[in-house]
Amino acid sequence: MRREAPQKIGDYAPLFFPATMLIVFFVVPFATMIAVSFFQRQQAGFYVPAFVLSNYERFISWFFANVLGFSLMLAVVVAICCVVLALPFTYLLTRMQRKVQIVWLVALLSVLSLSEVIIGFAWSTLFSRTAGITNLLVMAGILSEAKALLPSFGAVLTGMVYQAFPYTVLVLYPALVRLDPTLTEAARTLGASPVKAFFTVVVPALRNTITATLIMVFIFALGSYLLPQLLGRPQHWTLSVLITDQAIYQSNMPFAAAMAVFLVLVTLGLVALTVIAGRKGEAA
Amino acid sequence: MKDLVNKPVSRRVVLAGGAAATAMLAMPSILRAQDKSLKVGVYGGYFKDSFDKNIFPEFTKVTGIAVESVAEPTGEAWLVQLEQAAKAGAAPADVSMMSQVAMLKGQSTDLWAPLDVAKIKNAGNLIDRFVNKYPDGRIAGIGAVSWYITLVTNTDVYKEAPTSWEALWDPANADKLGLLALVSNSFLLEVTAKTFFGGTNALDTEEGLQKAFDKLAEVKPNVRLWYRDEAQFEQSLKSGEIPMGQYYHDVTGLAAADGNPVRSTFPKEGGIQDSGCWALSRASTKVEEAHVFIDYMSQPSIQAILSRKVGTSPTVKRELTDLTAEEFAAVSSDIEPIIPRYDLYQTKSDWLNQKWTELIVG
Repeated sequence: MRREAPQKIGDYAPLFFPATMLIVFFVVPFATMIAVSFFQRQQAGFYVPAFVLSNYERFISWFFANVLGFSLMLAVVVAICCVVLALPFTYLLTRMQRKVQIVWLVALLSVLSLSEVIIGFAWSTLFSRTAGITNLLVMAGILSEAKALLPSFGAVLTGMVYQAFPYTVLVLYPALVRLDPTLTEAARTLGASPVKAFFTVVVPALRNTITATLIMVFIFALGSYLLPQLLGRPQHWTLSVLITDQAIYQSNMPFAAAMAVFLVLVTLGLVALTVIAGRKGEAA
Repeated sequence: MKDLVNKPVSRRVVLAGGAAATAMLAMPSILRAQDKSLKVGVYGGYFKDSFDKNIFPEFTKVTGIAVESVAEPTGEAWLVQLEQAAKAGAAPADVSMMSQVAMLKGQSTDLWAPLDVAKIKNAGNLIDRFVNKYPDGRIAGIGAVSWYITLVTNTDVYKEAPTSWEALWDPANADKLGLLALVSNSFLLEVTAKTFFGGTNALDTEEGLQKAFDKLAEVKPNVRLWYRDEAQFEQSLKSGEIPMGQYYHDVTGLAAADGNPVRSTFPKEGGIQDSGCWALSRASTKVEEAHVFIDYMSQPSIQAILSRKVGTSPTVKRELTDLTAEEFAAVSSDIEPIIPRYDLYQTKSDWLNQKWTELIVG
């Protein structure tokens, strides 16, 4: 098939639909959110259109800095855990028979069909004292008494890694399937152990994919607001939890919007930094 | 029994589904050709289903007014929609069931059409505090239903029922409590004031509030779960995972009736009584029908049906209803209740919210 540069407006027609969708469902809501973040909050009522910075001023405090810092840290840890677990897993998966691969992929996809609520409640049961996994350890004689593993940071982390793991595998899978097997074979022929070949050949060859996956899981984890509530203590609540509180329970839309805009800006900034750092590393 | 489990969630918590319902509500609905009709907003889910089944058909039969019930989200999302619609001269519902804080916020913009008590002869049946008035005395809303939040315990873990809210502060209960996560729905400042400082008037001043916050900070080590999602606490309470906390009296009663080892206790300082009002949007043209509806709902017999079928506490005086002692105890108590300081959540809401969040998160 021959490709021609678009000549008439009509040639751009296929783009109209996605462009409209993008404008209606992303550009307009986001612009509205930015506008609302400058509106004046009326404590006894709603908000009135205005241009004030007070919503941002309220956010700039040690309290919110800590919450933001925790949210970012949690998302980074989730991203790292997911990639560390998923990379060897996916690598081994691509070496398996086609049939086995399909079974695994279907299982992972079915995890994606679970909602955050179900995942949260399932883990809170598994981590509970009365019905949780520690009861199995007691039966096995490892623990003397069943205990609750939640609310805790570990519980939040487990839940979020569980939720993000299938995405991580699905993003890594295509790159690993396409990876030339002769690369590792060459390394093996030259005397490298399988583990050494994995770390010195597979991982460096996939550097860009790994960075992209880290960023994707990071952003995915940053939006989480249900699992920290279900599995953590208040100090494990993310900024998203506080945004929800303001928007839904306090009807303080301007402040909620200001926090959301701030979160988006910080996220974009961090992603940009990662990409720039990645390019520099490549150039060196 | 699934409905019972879902009840508190659908009735008082805003779910994502609320957003979907909202989107539908925003579309112009086609009214059926009917001589007399009224759009009534009630909390979606269990509440709306119960009203559709037990209340509205009978109302239409008696008065000839067709009711179109509208599922409204709880929280303040519905208030915002009513407000914005009223500005455009539209009313997504004529009469809506509104929380007390939403009533006050609506008053600030004159959202509620003043009601004429002369047309609501049953208004005399109401307990005084359930008549919601503008500062100048006009009537903004009439009590629709009320419910209690009480001290609940797991009977396997606590053989003896606690008698006072002070149990929340008892060091023996470390890491055992489940409490509501928001200042404006847990009403724990009021509980603290009533239990330790002689009454909710202690919250009049900022120093009084600060004292209550300081006292409340002592509860923190006892709290295992600060919940927004009620199903989460209910499950943990039943299993004994989190054996004590604050919860809804009616739902706890239903859970106990199902054989779960839970009990609800009215502490000697009183249970927390929260309520909803019927209010008429100023954009509504169905003023006559609205008065007929509110009058109908204020009858002692209808309030008794609500107590029996929906599990709410009557907003009319107890002696007017034919509720038996047992039926009354299932939904209410004669102990003087703790009435939330709704005014604070209007005038000081941001300050209180900030202090509260810092208290529990920090």
